[in-house]
Amino acid sequence: MANSVGSGEAVRSLNSPKSNKNTESKSSVFSRRTTGDIIFDVINTIVLLLFTVIMLYPLINTVAMSFNDGIDALRGGITFFPRVFTMKNYQTVVAKQGMIDGAKISVLRTVIGTLTSTLCTALLAYVLSRKNFVFKKPLSMLYVVTMYVNGGLIPVFLVYKSLGLTNSFWVYIIPGMVSAWNMLVLRTYMNGIPESLSESAELDGAGHFTIFFSIIFPLSMPVIACVSLFTAVGQWNSWFDAMLYNRMSDNLTTLQYELMKLLSSVTNNNANVETMKNANNMVTPRTMRAAATVVTALPIVCLYPFLQRYFVAGMTIGGVKE
Amino acid sequence: MAKGGISAGLGVNESAKAPKNRINKKVLKNQKTLVLMSVPFAIYAIIFSYVPLFGWIMAFQNYKPKDGLLHSKFVGLQKFERLFGDDIFLKVIRNTFCMGAMNLIFGTVCAILFAILLNEFWSVKGKKAVQTISYLPHFLSWIIVTGICFDVLAMENGVLNDVLVGLHIIDAPINWLAYPKYFWWIVTFSNLWKETGWNSIIYLAAITSINPDLYEAASIDGAGRLSKIWHITLPGLKPTIMILLIMNIGNVLNAGFEVQYLLGNGLVQSVAQTIDIYVLKFGISNGDYSIGTAAGIFKSVVSIALIAIANRASKLMGEESLF
Repeated sequence: MANSVGSGEAVRSLNSPKSNKNTESKSSVFSRRTTGDIIFDVINTIVLLLFTVIMLYPLINTVAMSFNDGIDALRGGITFFPRVFTMKNYQTVVAKQGMIDGAKISVLRTVIGTLTSTLCTALLAYVLSRKNFVFKKPLSMLYVVTMYVNGGLIPVFLVYKSLGLTNSFWVYIIPGMVSAWNMLVLRTYMNGIPESLSESAELDGAGHFTIFFSIIFPLSMPVIACVSLFTAVGQWNSWFDAMLYNRMSDNLTTLQYELMKLLSSVTNNNANVETMKNANNMVTPRTMRAAATVVTALPIVCLYPFLQRYFVAGMTIGGVKE
Repeated sequence: MAKGGISAGLGVNESAKAPKNRINKKVLKNQKTLVLMSVPFAIYAIIFSYVPLFGWIMAFQNYKPKDGLLHSKFVGLQKFERLFGDDIFLKVIRNTFCMGAMNLIFGTVCAILFAILLNEFWSVKGKKAVQTISYLPHFLSWIIVTGICFDVLAMENGVLNDVLVGLHIIDAPINWLAYPKYFWWIVTFSNLWKETGWNSIIYLAAITSINPDLYEAASIDGAGRLSKIWHITLPGLKPTIMILLIMNIGNVLNAGFEVQYLLGNGLVQSVAQTIDIYVLKFGISNGDYSIGTAAGIFKSVVSIALIAIANRASKLMGEESLF
């Protein structure tokens, strides 16, 4: 195991991330590695390695499957790499009815939904971060309560229906325009922006919209980025609204919902024990589903490494609030 | 800074030491823009979050879409009586609670364990890499995760069966999703796979804010790694754990929809159905809005009660509380 490679220092700097410079010289005196330490490191490494394999293997296997010939995949034994390479699964997926439409709607709802939601939520957060605003309390209560109480599926469904939001693209956008949780995160951040900035702008005659767009919004960029990324991921991943509200409108389907249909075509076979074995024999569904999965996950996986730091920052900000 | 009444809105209260948030003509005039800006937001919240609450009336009616809320016949608590007299619904409550509780318990324990192991890991680069990998599934949709779950659990060429047969732990592949006894564990593990890394972020952040001097002092006293974890790291995490537990207890009943809906099938229906699925099935698919709404109300009320109880309990124990 690679545990003995110059690890003493690393361990120490992890334990004392803030003051490692000051304590470096001191701590080298005490922390000689004992047998116990070494055993601990070995077990720790094994556990984390195992964890990583469990996390990664299913994903890698799905990618390998998606590039593998369907009939060949039947023989089993496909692990990290495709055996008989083919692009056919992807061609079938792209050619499948609803996939292209679904992809278009998914992109549209992600872009429009993220823009409107971020802007509206930030604006509300701005209003509620103004120190002496008379309706600050009641308005924020109005939103905080919604985090705990909601009408539930059916009443909400009926309200959307009566507003004409069913069988409409806007059901993806309008209900998510203001998020109470994101508002709290943004407001916490905006409260931390020095008041003197907006005050001096105000003395110069700037209105609230000017202050918001030219001072507060740009200064809140780190949190705005994070909140909008969360919203975008949520938009891209949601499927239930497509199923519940737009089931009848094929042109409003989303990529996730199409993938779900592929998935349930497999489950329905599973429900019947007799056909279960046959379901796995028609191997095309599995490799095709793998391809569809890769297509659906691709945008997130590609963006993921770049965006990770924002996600993490947001999680910690969210945790601090309340 | 005493800009007082000169500047609109801001600082009005400061100058005169006026009681906060006193609404009068002058203040309203000063804050005209802010008030105007908040009107659409108030209307939006009322329409999308409060109007649906009036729909709760349906649970006390024999609601017919053609009669509407105003003309449907009131039947009192009859719908609730029917709901709790229904064996299926009682099972549904059990399923929701048990899966929610398993999620909460195993989710919390694993996230804490994972955070501690990561924190103790000897290589900074390795730590970063494992972290990066572990967050990824959080951003994949449940559709993708359940699809992967189907593949992992598949009878033929499913990796779980392959490994278990290969290690001679089982003799023949098992059709995991066909047996009710496995279902809750499958749901729990899918949740763990998806969220452990993500949930550990907050614990990792809490660990890094523990005073490093404590570890130094413990080292001088001759404490080993495990005893440092037990006596310093875990107590240091306690406030965070309490807060997250309170917040998540209210969500126990919310945890049961997507996975169960996507993974469930006819064979495991008796353990897979949750309140949300029940509402969807009876409310939307069968068109029995009243029963569906009643089940939804039950869920909301229990959720709020759970938060209140958890909060109170935490307060009594002298720990953190939300409100």
